[in-house]
Amino acid sequence: MAILVLAEHDNASLKLDTAKVVACGQAIGGDVDVLIAGHECAAVVDAAKQLAGVRHVLVAQSVQYANGFADNVAQLIVDLAGDYEHILAAATSQGKDTLPRVSALLDVAQLSEVVEVVSADTFVRPIYAGNALATIQSHDAKKVLTVRTSAFDAVANDGAADVVAIDKVFDSVTQFVSQSLSKSERPELGAASVVVSGGRGLGSSENFVILEKLADKLGGALGASRAAVDAGFVSNDLQVGQTGKIVAPDLYIAVGISGAIQHLAGMKDSKVIVAINKDPEAPIFQIADYGLEADLFEAVPELTDLL
Amino acid sequence: MKVLVPVKRVVDANVKVRVNADNTDVDTANLKMAINPFCEIAVEEAVRLKEAGVVSEIVVVTVGPKAAQEQLRTAMALGADRGIHIQTEEALVPLSIAKLLNAVQKKEQAQLIILGKQTIDGDNNQTGQMLSALANMPQATFASEIKVDGDSLAVTREVDGGLQNVTISLPAVVTVDLRLNEPRYAKLPNIMKAKRKPLETLSIDDLGVSLKLHQTVLKVTPPAERKAGIMVASVAELADKLKNEAKVI
Repeated sequence: MAILVLAEHDNASLKLDTAKVVACGQAIGGDVDVLIAGHECAAVVDAAKQLAGVRHVLVAQSVQYANGFADNVAQLIVDLAGDYEHILAAATSQGKDTLPRVSALLDVAQLSEVVEVVSADTFVRPIYAGNALATIQSHDAKKVLTVRTSAFDAVANDGAADVVAIDKVFDSVTQFVSQSLSKSERPELGAASVVVSGGRGLGSSENFVILEKLADKLGGALGASRAAVDAGFVSNDLQVGQTGKIVAPDLYIAVGISGAIQHLAGMKDSKVIVAINKDPEAPIFQIADYGLEADLFEAVPELTDLL
Repeated sequence: MKVLVPVKRVVDANVKVRVNADNTDVDTANLKMAINPFCEIAVEEAVRLKEAGVVSEIVVVTVGPKAAQEQLRTAMALGADRGIHIQTEEALVPLSIAKLLNAVQKKEQAQLIILGKQTIDGDNNQTGQMLSALANMPQATFASEIKVDGDSLAVTREVDGGLQNVTISLPAVVTVDLRLNEPRYAKLPNIMKAKRKPLETLSIDDLGVSLKLHQTVLKVTPPAERKAGIMVASVAELADKLKNEAKVI
């Protein structure tokens, strides 16, 4: 049986998350098709065609799909579901928004944030902020999964899938008003090999500049703890943690972050963790590979100069 | 307008859980329990809407063991008017909980259902979206601002790239994110008053909902331990370790 992957995109570009979810699909085994629901998204289709091992790229284009709203995209997936045993999406805000609706309409349970495929019906997912891993066997005829993309390596871009146009259009009941998306030259949090994150210890929005300099020197992304976002230092899309973004870069540098359970849940699978904090008792030091007890306002600029 | 707020009893957010000895579940015996933090934000939002004169009645509902009545009382101490307890000792998947909540909604006919975007035990982030699909009501997830305007609802959503503003029509389902509000502390007189507020207990059978077994938890294991790291004495040593030992730069 086949596997359907909902593509993650913004009509202009295909997100790397999709290549990682395709990898999860291939770990399950079976033909993998990618569904693009969007509007004027030719570049996304071209990129999806190149994903290694993909059979068909299903393309549903309509102004109704322009914003990727959950209600009608879920209807579209349910309409296509007959041909598929597994339905996958990245555990991004769109995937989380959409797939539970698909599950409910198909009357099957959903497995969220899958990190490992054991077999075609058995999967591993974190619970309790990653403090435990549950191995769960699904008894449903169709398996609906969101995939934690930091746990899978993206497939290559040497494929040549064919494109199948999907004409069905379902109207959305959600009205788009506006959006304010953060614009940054830095890599996306989920795709960066280096992440530099700041916490309450930064003290202000202005002080994040010293982290930006370090991030830019390393070609990394900027992140933040919930405390820093709640305090208004940076915008919500930078939050790393249980309820924010989950990252696993090669290098994670935590600056002025104490290390609350919910923050650790978002970064503890990073390959190398560095913590810089002036409080020697900060829990972040317990999971750091390299800890430096220091005043961040002196240490971070010095580190930036040395690297 | 009536608001329905589903809430859940969970292990307190500040408690680090451990997997039990036979690897079948986490050990929750004798741990401090609390109302799920996101559910608390949902209750607070409903109370603020009532204080603003937009909402006339707040009904809190929970699915869980007998002790979950404590969390309904907490919600009523914060300002909810009455509680519905669907009592079950079984751990149900979000789809089953959404079916039970849908049955409650059919009776209550609330104009607005506000719930947390996820619980911090299962970390599923499913129930609100499933309820919205089953009840055929519009949804707005991950809300950081809500404004009721007649029959429509303006919601600011926290999405991956930033913030998105949408409008949906009522009746609707909203799931809340962290920055929607800061919940108040319950005052002692309100805690006393909450004990006398109406609380109805129902069984799954009372609601006429038949549930399915969707999945089996085969095992629950602790995550791989990170091996202990080291403290470095200076920035220079840190830079050296990153370049020559970890080789990540």
